[in-house]
Amino acid sequence: MTLTEVERKAGAVPVRSRTVPPWRNPWRRPYVLATITWAYILWSLLPVVIAVQFSFNDGRSRSVWQGFSTQWYCCAEGSIGEDPSLLLSLKNSLILGSATVLVATPLGVMLAMGLTRWRSRTSSVANGIALVPLVTPEIVVGSALYLVFVNLYQLIPLGRPAMLLGHVTFSVSYVLVIVRSRLHSIGPDYEEAARDLGASPMRAIRTILIPLLMPSVFASAMIVFATSLDDFVVSQFLFGDASNITVPIKLYNAVRASPTPALNALATILLVASFLAVLLAYVGLRTRKRGGRSALEDIADYG
Amino acid sequence: MAESRADHDHATRRLWPALALPGTVWLIALFLVPFYAVMAVAFSGNINIFGEPIPAWNPLDWQFATFGQVVSDSLSGPFREAWSRTGLYTLAALVICVGVGYPVAYYTARLAGKRRGLILALILAPWWINYITRMLAWVNLLQDDGYVNKALGIFGIAPVSWLAGNSFTVVMALAYGYLPFFIIPLFSSLDRIDQRLLEASRDLGVGSVRTFFHVTLPLSKMGLTTALVITALPLAGDYYTNTIVSGSPDTTMIGNQIELYLLQGPQKNLGAALVLLLSLVLMFFMAYYLVMTQRASRDAR
Repeated sequence: MTLTEVERKAGAVPVRSRTVPPWRNPWRRPYVLATITWAYILWSLLPVVIAVQFSFNDGRSRSVWQGFSTQWYCCAEGSIGEDPSLLLSLKNSLILGSATVLVATPLGVMLAMGLTRWRSRTSSVANGIALVPLVTPEIVVGSALYLVFVNLYQLIPLGRPAMLLGHVTFSVSYVLVIVRSRLHSIGPDYEEAARDLGASPMRAIRTILIPLLMPSVFASAMIVFATSLDDFVVSQFLFGDASNITVPIKLYNAVRASPTPALNALATILLVASFLAVLLAYVGLRTRKRGGRSALEDIADYG
Repeated sequence: MAESRADHDHATRRLWPALALPGTVWLIALFLVPFYAVMAVAFSGNINIFGEPIPAWNPLDWQFATFGQVVSDSLSGPFREAWSRTGLYTLAALVICVGVGYPVAYYTARLAGKRRGLILALILAPWWINYITRMLAWVNLLQDDGYVNKALGIFGIAPVSWLAGNSFTVVMALAYGYLPFFIIPLFSSLDRIDQRLLEASRDLGVGSVRTFFHVTLPLSKMGLTTALVITALPLAGDYYTNTIVSGSPDTTMIGNQIELYLLQGPQKNLGAALVLLLSLVLMFFMAYYLVMTQRASRDAR
C-alpha cells in the first residue's frame, strides 16, 4: 500500500486540500510545466513530421495532401532517382562525411590522449585553442577559412579538398571533448600498470588505452559523421562550384526557388542518415554503462 | 626500480607531446592562421585589377582606412540598421528561449519522473535534424495556402503573408532554430542541483515560488549564462534563417551583409572588416563566459 492510499483511507487527503490551497501544495502534479514541455516538443517536431509526410505526397504540392506515393524518391520526373543534381548532392555529402570521419577521428583521439596526459603550460594553452572552435560562430569560421584558402593556401582549391579541411577543423574539437571525458574517467592507472610490467609506451597505448577508449572513439566518429552531413555554413563558404554542393546547400538553394516534394524527400534521407549515425553513437556509449547516468545524459553534456 | 621509473617518465615525456602535435599544428594552420587572414584582408590597403583587396600579410603594411570606414558606417551609416536589427532579433529570440526553454529544461531535469528518458530524447532530436530541413519544414507550413493560414482561416483570420520580409517570422524562426541548443546546457545544470537543498527549503516552510527564486534560480545561474552565451553566439552571426524565411532587405542582419560582401562581390575587405567587428563584439561575451566558468570551477575546488 502506498502512502497516498494510506492517506486516502485515513481521509488525510481531503483534510490537507482544505487547509493548503492547491498552489501552495508542493506535492501537486506539475500540470502547467508538463503542458509547456509537451507543447514545446510538439512545436519543435511536428513541422518536421509534416515535411517528411509531404515527401510521400502523390502530387506536386507541398501544402495540400494528395495521397501516398513514393514517386518523389523514385522514379517520377524530378524525383531524387531522376534528378542528377539531387543525386550528386547526396553523393557529395556522404563522401565528405566519411572522409571527415577518417581524418578527424584519429587526429582528435591523438590530440585528446596527448593533451590529457601531458601536463605542462604548453598543453593547457593548446587545450584552450582546441576548445575555441566550439564557441566560435560558424560564420566566423567559414569566412576565415574562405579567406585563407583564397589568399594563402592557394594550392588547396575550393571544393572538395577545402571542404574536407574545413569540416575536419570543426570536428576535431568534438572528438577531443568526447574522448577526453572518457580518458578522465578511466584515469592513468591502467597504462601505468602496463608500463610497470614492462610494456613500451606505444604498446601500453595500443593494447590498453585504445581498447578502453574504443566506445568513445566509435561514438565520436558517428557524431562527426552526423555533424558533417548537417553542416551548412562552412560548406557554403568553401564549396566553390556547383559540382561540389552538398545536401544542405541544395536544400538552401532550392527552398525558395523550385519547391517540389523531391526536396522534402532529400531532406528525409539526410534526416534518416544522421539519426542512424547518432543512434549508433548512443549504442556505442551505452556499452560501457553499468548503471549510473544514461548515455543520453552524456550526449546532453557534450552540448 | 628507480631507474626504470626514470626511463618510463623520459619516454612518456616525449610521447604525449608527440601525440598532441598533429592536432595542434592542424588547429594552428586552419583556425589561427585563417583568423589572421581575416585581419590581413580587412586591413589591406591595395586592390588588384578585379577590385579585390590584396591581403597585407605584414602587420607593418596594415592600413586602417577601410576598417575605420566600416566602424563609422556601423555607428551611423548604411550598416547601422543591420547591426541594430541583429541586436534586436538576437535579444527577442533569447527572451523567447528563456521563456520557453527554462520551464522545459526545469520540468525535464527535475519533474519528468518516469517519462524523463523519452522527453530528453525528444528534446535532443532537433539537434540531429538538419537546421535547413527544420526551416524548410516551416516554409512549407507558412506558404500562403499552407497549414498555418488554413488554421487561422478556421478562426476567420485573413491569410498572412509570412514569408515576405516579416520580422515576426524571422524572430520566431530564430527562436525555433536555436531553442534546442539553449535547453540542453540549461538541462544539465538544473539536473545537477542537489534535491536535498530544495527539500530543505520546503521543510523550512518556504513556498515553491520563493524556493524557485531563492534556491533554484541562483543555483542555475551558471547554466543559464552558459545557455545564453552558447545560443547568442551563433544567433548573432546567423544569415541563412533570414534568407530562407524572409529574403527581404527589410530584415537584413549583419550575417547577411558579411555573406554578401565575401561571397557575392569583390569588396572582400568590407566583409572581412565586418567579420572582425562581429568577432570583437562577440569576443566580449565569450571572454565573460570563460571568466565565469573559470571562477565557477575554482569555487568548486
